[in-house]
Amino acid sequence: MRYLPHTPEEIASMLATIGTKSLEGLFATVPADCRMTDPWPLPAPKSEWELNDHLRQLAGTMRVNADAKVLVGAGSYHHHIPETVRSLAGRSEFLTAYTPYQPEMAQGTLQGIFEYQTLTARLLGLDVVNASMYDGASALAEALLMGLRIAKKKKTVAVSKAIHPHYRAVVRAYLQPTGYEVVELEVLDNGRTDLSGLAERADIADIAAVALQSPNFFGVIEDLEAAATTIHDSNALFITCFTEPLAYGLLKNPGQCGADIVCGEGQSFGIAQSFGGPGLGMFGCKQAFTRNLPGRLVGETKDLEGRRGYVLTLATREQHIRREKATSNICSNQGICAMTAGMYMASLGGTGIRQLARLNYDKTQYLKEVLIKAGARIPFSGPVFNEFVVEFPQDFRPAYERLLEKNIVAGLELGALYPHLAGRYLFCVTETIAKDTMDTIATEVRA
Amino acid sequence: MKELEELHLPEDIGYTDDHEWARLTGATVRIGVSDYAQDQLGDIVFVEMPAIGDTFAKGDEFGTLESVKAVSELYMPMSGEVVAVNSALLDSPELINQDPYSAWIIEIKPSTSSEYAQLHTAASYLDLLKG
Repeated sequence: MRYLPHTPEEIASMLATIGTKSLEGLFATVPADCRMTDPWPLPAPKSEWELNDHLRQLAGTMRVNADAKVLVGAGSYHHHIPETVRSLAGRSEFLTAYTPYQPEMAQGTLQGIFEYQTLTARLLGLDVVNASMYDGASALAEALLMGLRIAKKKKTVAVSKAIHPHYRAVVRAYLQPTGYEVVELEVLDNGRTDLSGLAERADIADIAAVALQSPNFFGVIEDLEAAATTIHDSNALFITCFTEPLAYGLLKNPGQCGADIVCGEGQSFGIAQSFGGPGLGMFGCKQAFTRNLPGRLVGETKDLEGRRGYVLTLATREQHIRREKATSNICSNQGICAMTAGMYMASLGGTGIRQLARLNYDKTQYLKEVLIKAGARIPFSGPVFNEFVVEFPQDFRPAYERLLEKNIVAGLELGALYPHLAGRYLFCVTETIAKDTMDTIATEVRA
Repeated sequence: MKELEELHLPEDIGYTDDHEWARLTGATVRIGVSDYAQDQLGDIVFVEMPAIGDTFAKGDEFGTLESVKAVSELYMPMSGEVVAVNSALLDSPELINQDPYSAWIIEIKPSTSSEYAQLHTAASYLDLLKG
């Protein structure tokens, strides 16, 4: 579907209809002090090579450039994007389409979204996955609202303090003006969430849903199965979120572990980091909760002649049918990002995702080992996937600066997000980090 | 869509402005939707029902009916506590289209018996529909 600007003939015909000779006449009623009189302050046009040069110069001013080795994850991951994904996702049929949900017009896009839903549902072990949300943080807020809708009369939700701090900020922004209460659960010494006494705690007796992130912000894998039992025993729904879906190439998926609603960020799956966005909110649930699901949902059906086709389904949950009763005010999806993630999952396949997850895990274990040998300590004893927190024998800052000179970004200092963890660093190792880079880091720690 | 004269409106039940009906059955009251409601909604595909033990005041929303073309809220004809729900409707919501008066939705223990008398009779409900 294409959106073309109006031709001069069309503009003239429209102006004639309203009885105006020029565009100037159309804007005449706009007060003079609201109108821009000077032309746009734009520089002169550049030739293609001049423009390339200009953009290269801008890129050169970035402290972290394209060649940098980045060992920071914390919600946005530096993964290799296969050329198949770049090439397919760049096709204008996908890239320029705006919310193309009309089945008569957009079978290709609808099928693409359906396949994204199917692949995501398999990865996360869910019955239903929607067409996507804006990002992981808003998906978590929507998941908690969904939990409150299902629980009906309860007014409180609990979130682990090991959930990404930005996600928790978004959750507060969504929930607080509505009169719901958000309580936060402490983190144990092993880096996992403390769920002990959940049922007994008086302040959360009224709890509709409990959310954990796994692997959590500290990289630690939560014991989701035990958590599911504890949370269900306290009569609450279990929400699992994630920032790194690749982990589920290796770990038992949240659906199998008993999660009721699963949501998270899908940026890892073929989507460029782009200074933090756009991301992809992955979102799904057990079959029983489908009618409370926010967002769009594509289903498979048959046309009059019995041929397979794809359409939006269960649209009565959405605001264009019942605005005041809609499950969410999202009336779109993160189209191109969902499509990209679908292409990424299809490109790697189940075996590829498992192998890549294994590679991330193994490399992470290697960095952990060489850092421990270099005198560092791992404060959280829980198992990790591709991120972990490190505590250094002395101030790591000088080594960090020396590594930055070598174009290596060695972790994220945690003080700004968790003041009690100041001086500790969160490291992330993906497939993009070579062994010699990790050895260089260990050498600098020793120096 | 049916003409008003074609509607089946039994005499032994009470009707509301919102097209629910209520039938006294001993100490409890069964609640459903009228022939007019099911006819207007068309093919019903989903019924959302409250939990047993929920209590509602007269006029409160207690559930929703979803048809292929609309979603409609269900309102209490009388105050009371839900003592049973018609779980057959979960798998077969079309029972409401087939016979809206045997396909009751919830059964309540009314808080007060006086509210029943305030409901429309079949005749006054038909007048309401005629506007």
